[in-house]
Amino acid sequence: MATRIADIFPARSVERGRSMIPKQAFGAGAVHAVLGAYTLIALFPIFLVLINAFKGRKAIFASPMALPGPDTFTLVGFESVLKRADFGNYFVNSLTVTLVALALVLVIGAMAAWAISEYRFRGNGVLWLYFTIGTMIPIRLGSVSILQLIVDLGLVNTLTALILVFVAQSLPLTVFILAEFMRTIPRDLKEAARCDGVSEYRIFFAVILPLIRPAVATVAVFTMIPIWNDLWFPLLLAPGEGTKTITLGVQAFVGQYVTDWSAVLAALTLAIIPIVVLYLIFSRQLIRGITAGAVK
Amino acid sequence: MSELKLNAIGKSYGGVEILRDINIEVADGEFVVFVGPSGCGKSTLLRLIAGLEEISAGELAIGGRRVNELTPAERGIAMVFQSYALYPHMSVYQNMAFGLKLGREGKDAIDQKVRRAAEILQLNHLLERKPAALSGGQRQRVAIGRAIVRDPNVFLFDEPLSNLDAALRVQTRIEIAKLHQDLKATIIYVTHDQVEAMTLASKIVVLNKGRVEQVGAPLELYERPRNRFVAGFIGSPSMNFVPARVEAIADRGITVSLPGGAHATLPCAPSPARVGDEVTVGIRPEHLFEAGGAELQLSGTVEVVERLGDVSYVYFRLADGTALIARAEGTHAAQPGETVSVGSRAAHVHVFDGAGDALPRLDAPAPTRH
Repeated sequence: MATRIADIFPARSVERGRSMIPKQAFGAGAVHAVLGAYTLIALFPIFLVLINAFKGRKAIFASPMALPGPDTFTLVGFESVLKRADFGNYFVNSLTVTLVALALVLVIGAMAAWAISEYRFRGNGVLWLYFTIGTMIPIRLGSVSILQLIVDLGLVNTLTALILVFVAQSLPLTVFILAEFMRTIPRDLKEAARCDGVSEYRIFFAVILPLIRPAVATVAVFTMIPIWNDLWFPLLLAPGEGTKTITLGVQAFVGQYVTDWSAVLAALTLAIIPIVVLYLIFSRQLIRGITAGAVK
Repeated sequence: MSELKLNAIGKSYGGVEILRDINIEVADGEFVVFVGPSGCGKSTLLRLIAGLEEISAGELAIGGRRVNELTPAERGIAMVFQSYALYPHMSVYQNMAFGLKLGREGKDAIDQKVRRAAEILQLNHLLERKPAALSGGQRQRVAIGRAIVRDPNVFLFDEPLSNLDAALRVQTRIEIAKLHQDLKATIIYVTHDQVEAMTLASKIVVLNKGRVEQVGAPLELYERPRNRFVAGFIGSPSMNFVPARVEAIADRGITVSLPGGAHATLPCAPSPARVGDEVTVGIRPEHLFEAGGAELQLSGTVEVVERLGDVSYVYFRLADGTALIARAEGTHAAQPGETVSVGSRAAHVHVFDGAGDALPRLDAPAPTRH
């Protein structure tokens, strides 16, 4: 399905391929250098969090860059995190919010994308525009109204409030990306299914969704990470002890005068694990989807 | 029963009329081919029959029942697409079984149908493969298998051979012809290739610019084209057209003058033509170079000779610049630059009036000799 540049400009790209081989090699090297530098910069804070999570408060301030050695290694941070009984609860809250919101976003978003890309109906274009604009306006601008709405609905300090807001936050981009992918599915496939008398729901779930699995996995990753990491809406809508998420829970170790850095960093280290697991699951899907084979 | 009736079918998108007043009847078990140049509306017509596009005007009946408002599945049709439209994430077996509803038919019944279709199409050993692991011809057979398992009233084929290479195209063409004989199914087949149309069809519908130009059996279209478009479209290489003028009209035919001063009397009904009319004379390449009894004579300068072994195609030009092709024996001695004289029997010559319509003939056409 993919169109190669060579198909579009055969003569020019052949010419380039011949005369620019050394330059291309240099270009590839430069690209790798830039990407490598970016990777280092992106990973460095995480690396700092990881190494300092295994050190005591004194060692962190004495030499923040040092790896935990035999005399500085300690699990005191993890101990103080795990000693707080509600910490497990925060994890469960975060996981519940992330997974339920993710599931809702993917199902609703994919169905909306299918409707917008496949069916002709009144208001189709306006709806598409509405979602497109939604990708451009940050939902946080509406925080005050959202808070009022949640108060009026009596949903303050519930996970439901968080889930609803996160679904709203993620839908526009999901619809936007999935609709674009659905448009690339050959019309013949859908029409063949319709000729066979397959229901629209079955076409959607058995033909369309499997074919856009890479896109769904991408959207899942892009949706899940901001939800997991969000501090704003949990703080605003569900700051109660029973509904705290992990990112909010970590703040318990950040005091006005004293901060238990070992515990903060240990909590953050633990918070990374579930998201990495989820990411691995989706990226496997992504690769499987790509290698599933094209139409022709 | 699965006869089809198209009654004054029309289709327009916005204000643009794509198809106009299409009247076709397809008998049960008939193999009908829609043929025409690209953009003539043949694929749109097939999609109207399939129910993939809405019919703007007229009535479509399948098995004596109006189906305009029915969905494709309710019409009892199965369609084979040019791109095969196989589901890439399903195996061959799943592809064929996908359209069969589990509720209505038992699992065993579905299995039986799929295996029977696979047997007909020699796909038994490929059932577990994914489409990506199949060759073009195999994918085409799976697409046909998917249609067979549904046991439809009417099979619709949309240019099914266009994505195959030349050798496979001929082979698959023969397989489709055999399939039609075995299944005795009603088939509507769309193609732009007149060879496919001639070889497969029991009835050909020639379409041009959204209108039906002529409907008939392949040889009928070949021997008695109703107008200049059909004459030029059916037959390969296509018919030669020579401008001429009506000189005289008699009961036994009309006499025309040809470029270069030649005259010929052709057995056409005299009624519509008038003396002095500009007409076009059509002669097929295979009817030039006829020895003996050639009532029509032409001569020109040879430009190119294509030697295919069994035949040679001689491309030549008349004095007035009209380019013609003649089919000669493989051993014909014509050389570029030489002057060549060719002739055709009057019975094989077609005459078209200024509007391109064929003048009615007085006699049955003489049998074609090769």
